[in-house]
Amino acid sequence: MSQQATLAVKDLHKTFGSHKVLKGIDLTANQGDVISILGSSGSGKSTFLRCINLLEMPNAGDVYVKGELIKMKNVKGGERLPVDQKQVEAIRSRLAMVFQGFNLWSHMTVLENIIEAPVHVLGVPKKEAIEQGEALLQKVGLYERKGYYPGHLSGGQQQRAAIARALAVDPEVMLFDEPTSALDPELVGEVLTVMRELAEEGRTMLVVTHEMAFARDVSNKVMFLHQGLVEEQGAPEDIFNNPTSERFKQFISTVY
Amino acid sequence: MNAIGQWLMQFEYVQLLQQEWPLYLEGMWTTFWLVALSLFLGLFIAVPAGIMRNSSQAKWRLPAWAFIYFFRGTPLLIQLFLIYYGAGQFLGGADSWQVTQVDNPSAWQQIVLVLQSVWFSLCGYIWHWLQEAWFCALLAFTLNTGAYTAEIVRGSINTMPVGEIEAAKAFGMNQVKIMSRIILPSAFRRALPAYSNEVIFMLHGSALAGVVTIVDLTGAARIVNSRYYAPFEAFITAGLLYMLMTFVIVYVFKLWEKRWHKHLKPLQV
Repeated sequence: MSQQATLAVKDLHKTFGSHKVLKGIDLTANQGDVISILGSSGSGKSTFLRCINLLEMPNAGDVYVKGELIKMKNVKGGERLPVDQKQVEAIRSRLAMVFQGFNLWSHMTVLENIIEAPVHVLGVPKKEAIEQGEALLQKVGLYERKGYYPGHLSGGQQQRAAIARALAVDPEVMLFDEPTSALDPELVGEVLTVMRELAEEGRTMLVVTHEMAFARDVSNKVMFLHQGLVEEQGAPEDIFNNPTSERFKQFISTVY
Repeated sequence: MNAIGQWLMQFEYVQLLQQEWPLYLEGMWTTFWLVALSLFLGLFIAVPAGIMRNSSQAKWRLPAWAFIYFFRGTPLLIQLFLIYYGAGQFLGGADSWQVTQVDNPSAWQQIVLVLQSVWFSLCGYIWHWLQEAWFCALLAFTLNTGAYTAEIVRGSINTMPVGEIEAAKAFGMNQVKIMSRIILPSAFRRALPAYSNEVIFMLHGSALAGVVTIVDLTGAARIVNSRYYAPFEAFITAGLLYMLMTFVIVYVFKLWEKRWHKHLKPLQV
């Protein structure tokens, strides 16, 4: 590779049984890129994101994080497995994921959730992790709730806590899997505000979303998936104003 | 005070209690440590067995399944008899078994003799413990509660929200960390109510220890009955003391649930 991209995905394929979900997707994210991934449901956008940190095993294709290839081997039945589970774990700890359903650890308080990965995966001293964690909670506006359990927070608060948990590992890329889709409409704004701040700070982010305004205003690249292929991609001002693909035209006209 | 004491002494039951309370106390203590120790040791069986029972690999799942199926499928009394009486049939006197005498043994005979002597001393050692009624009861109770608790552990692990495990993976935790930091702590909390039931069942099940000569609370009541031929008084006393112990267990679990179930309860402001 010419210049070392923060994240590079080459020709990614994923099949569930006989159903081909992804049919060869490429993506390059450089430092500070905010890439929105759009698509109607079933287009494979969440699957694509989950293949990047190997929550789903892709059937073909390569993933590089800062030039480091995640090694995978072919096994029987067209499936693939990681060659080195330790490498996968190390790479995962350099990425961070924010889920649609928040997935905070319910038996831990907000602060405990945030220091969990730094302390128990990265080996940060607990005291230091708590200081960092509290600072992150300030940032997402949840410092007063640090001793609460996830079940005692609203959806928007849980998602902001989940974003703080992701930030706590100081990831090279943040993967957002429909972060606002499970939220009540009036709670979407508080989460998007936090994400907008991160984008402005220069975080590298991949965001699977249905929020057109976010894709248009915040991201610097937009990728539209349709039936497992990239149907349209480019800078938001280009593709929203002059879409070349018929499907994408249709998509934005129905969503707007 | 003395007047009340003298008035009370006209009741035969009070006389019985005054005579026999040390025996009941001793029985209660035996019941307590027998149950507490088997519950504690049972956990060391239950957690691995519960995890193995969930494994996708048959070599882990099947042994755990067989163990749990046997101990949940047969009465505790049968298990106790198998260990207490059954073991003696094979191992009785194993501590005095003699290694076969061979003059001028050949090389392979020597190997066989060494193996035999190792085997005999192992059997002798096991027999040494199995001669003790308390050890047999402890073993039976431990295995029994281990099997029941393994099912509680398994069920509790199965109700783990998948998303939380996925999040743990996504943050780079390995299998051991996911188990020790996320799944087990969460499962332990959800298992508390079911486990309190198991503890109470075990307390009451331990009454069987009296059958194999152990003077637990039931054993004490049997002795009192045989001394006074007062079955109702003898056993109602034991019953009330079991009830008292049950109340203590219920109370302790209430405290634990208060502490460990904060995240499941509505927010207290």
